[in-house]
Amino acid sequence: MSSTEQQGRRGFLKKAATAAAAVVAPGVVLHALPATAAPRTEAVNAKVRWGMLIDANKCADGCNDCVTACDKENGLDLVDMPEGADEAHWERQRPRWIRQVKLKDNLSGKITNLPMMCQHCEKPPCVDVCPTGASFRRADGIVMVDRHICIGCRYCMMACPYKARSFIHAEVAEKLTHTPRGKGCVESCNLCVHRLDNGGRSTACQDACKHQAIVFGDLNDPDSAVSQALKKYPSVQIRADLKLNTGVRYSNI
Amino acid sequence: MKKIHFSEWGIESPRYWGMLAVLGAIIAIAGGAVYYMEHNGHWVTGMTNQVVWGMPHVFAIFLIVAASGALNVASIGTAFGKKAYQPLGRLSALLAIALLAGGLAVLVLDLGQPGRLLVAMTHYNFKSIFAWNIYLYTGFFAIVAFYIWFMMDHRMKAWYKPVGIFAFVWRLLLTTGTGSIFGFLVARQGYDAAILAPMFVIMSFAYGLAVYLLVLMFVFKADGREIGAGLLKRLKNLLGVFVAAVLYFTLVYHLANLYGTENHAYEAFILRDGGIYTLLFWGGWVLAGCLIPLGIIYHPALGNSRSGIVAAATLVILGGFATVYVIVIGGQAFPMAMFPGKTIVASGFFDGVNGQPMLYAPSLPEILLGLGGVALVLLLTFIGIRMLRFLPTTLSDEVADPQHAKP
Repeated sequence: MSSTEQQGRRGFLKKAATAAAAVVAPGVVLHALPATAAPRTEAVNAKVRWGMLIDANKCADGCNDCVTACDKENGLDLVDMPEGADEAHWERQRPRWIRQVKLKDNLSGKITNLPMMCQHCEKPPCVDVCPTGASFRRADGIVMVDRHICIGCRYCMMACPYKARSFIHAEVAEKLTHTPRGKGCVESCNLCVHRLDNGGRSTACQDACKHQAIVFGDLNDPDSAVSQALKKYPSVQIRADLKLNTGVRYSNI
Repeated sequence: MKKIHFSEWGIESPRYWGMLAVLGAIIAIAGGAVYYMEHNGHWVTGMTNQVVWGMPHVFAIFLIVAASGALNVASIGTAFGKKAYQPLGRLSALLAIALLAGGLAVLVLDLGQPGRLLVAMTHYNFKSIFAWNIYLYTGFFAIVAFYIWFMMDHRMKAWYKPVGIFAFVWRLLLTTGTGSIFGFLVARQGYDAAILAPMFVIMSFAYGLAVYLLVLMFVFKADGREIGAGLLKRLKNLLGVFVAAVLYFTLVYHLANLYGTENHAYEAFILRDGGIYTLLFWGGWVLAGCLIPLGIIYHPALGNSRSGIVAAATLVILGGFATVYVIVIGGQAFPMAMFPGKTIVASGFFDGVNGQPMLYAPSLPEILLGLGGVALVLLLTFIGIRMLRFLPTTLSDEVADPQHAKP
């Protein structure tokens, strides 16, 4: 048997296997779902409040790992620039859940780096203003958007003091099952809710941060790493003057 | 004052249908623009994740604000019992409904999911002023429709005044609600001010009356009806008072901001360094929208000429658009103060690096949608006055002015 024939056969077998997997996999996933979904039978409750502490001292200049990880985890990297769009303009329109911000102190000139995202307020202005209730806060502190009843009015984006939200400006061809998205709705960081609801206890940004600048966990549990860190180090809320009691806190800014 | 008779708009058919055709064509083009924007998504517009409300909102808010103001003429006749204004009431109410319909059409057609409008009728969050506005707007349609009925039907005369007063109170609430869309936003420096609600009310007085004056003068001239000089003088003087009030509220709003250091950066942006926003503030809002109209209205010669009044009303409307643009877009273009005492020197999401404003340039489809809303207002008004008896046969001073001295 010639090597080209062999390769052809291998290629065929590979393709056949892939095709079979593609046909069978959804069924397997469907069968597997009840097992992973088991914890979800219990309603989300206020015993837990998810939150995080970000140490700006550890956040490295030029590092973008948390942003890349978030984009991948939540399928934001799958949102393609529409054909014919102006690149610079599209950059202002593409969705972002987390971003790197570099600050300079006006007095001392001290430089601080930190990631910004939805701050998961206890009293979120985006939830207050949403006419339909699509913007909502879960009992466990996660602020998110119900994409079924978001009418795309963008009032929440006007109201958010952290500029944390993105509007989907274009058709999205490919999306992840756990993060559906559609043109004309608003979305923002949901603390990787799909992980938490399936028993996970970390967010993609935390996992990606090799500088350990992000500590995520249950703010209501005094023994959690985030509660311990908050107890140990002084921290602040961004725009604390608004008294929103954010779930995301920062130290060293 | 003699008995007032009303009649349908009597312009020649070809002219009437010609105007409807032109307006219909503008609306059709706007429809095409909506299809283009909704089919592609908002990336084809100038709006971004930084400036989330654009030109459609400027048109929509102007028209909605003017709607409640247009009803004022009727309210002065009914709620305040000024007889000279009573013959003007029907057109005032019709124009109010038409303006609101035009504004709302623009607003809902810009939604990311306009097909889900029904959701906005079935899911309510009563802490949202938007949700309240849905009731205030639909309620306005219903109340003003009854108001028109009671104005036209003598059998309902007993209800004319109560409904007129109710409509007046409702329209005050409505514009308070519209102003509060911005007044309640704590996040942004340019908003978060209770004065925005009464300022919107006073803006509505001016814009609504300016629109009313132009429409009244046009439709009366078109079929040869007379408007007395005395009546016109009343209306233009009233416009002068409203415009002066807008200027006063503008002054108080900015003085209050200038007093507190935390707002200095925002004030410097609007008043001095904001480029197009500064230009529109001084040139549009203050000069074209307030000072020049005031100069015309109270000028002994210009103020008494019809072309002077038309010019003043037109400038109030253009200045009004500039005002709403500065409030809506300027308020978003100014970077949010997230880190007091610090400057953002780099950002992955356009957070106003080094204090730079957010960029926005209106796109053609957005403007076409807005103009479609304006065309819809005129279309509805023209059809209304053609079909039903909205217009007094004459508004000459000897007929319509109770204080007119007999020669």
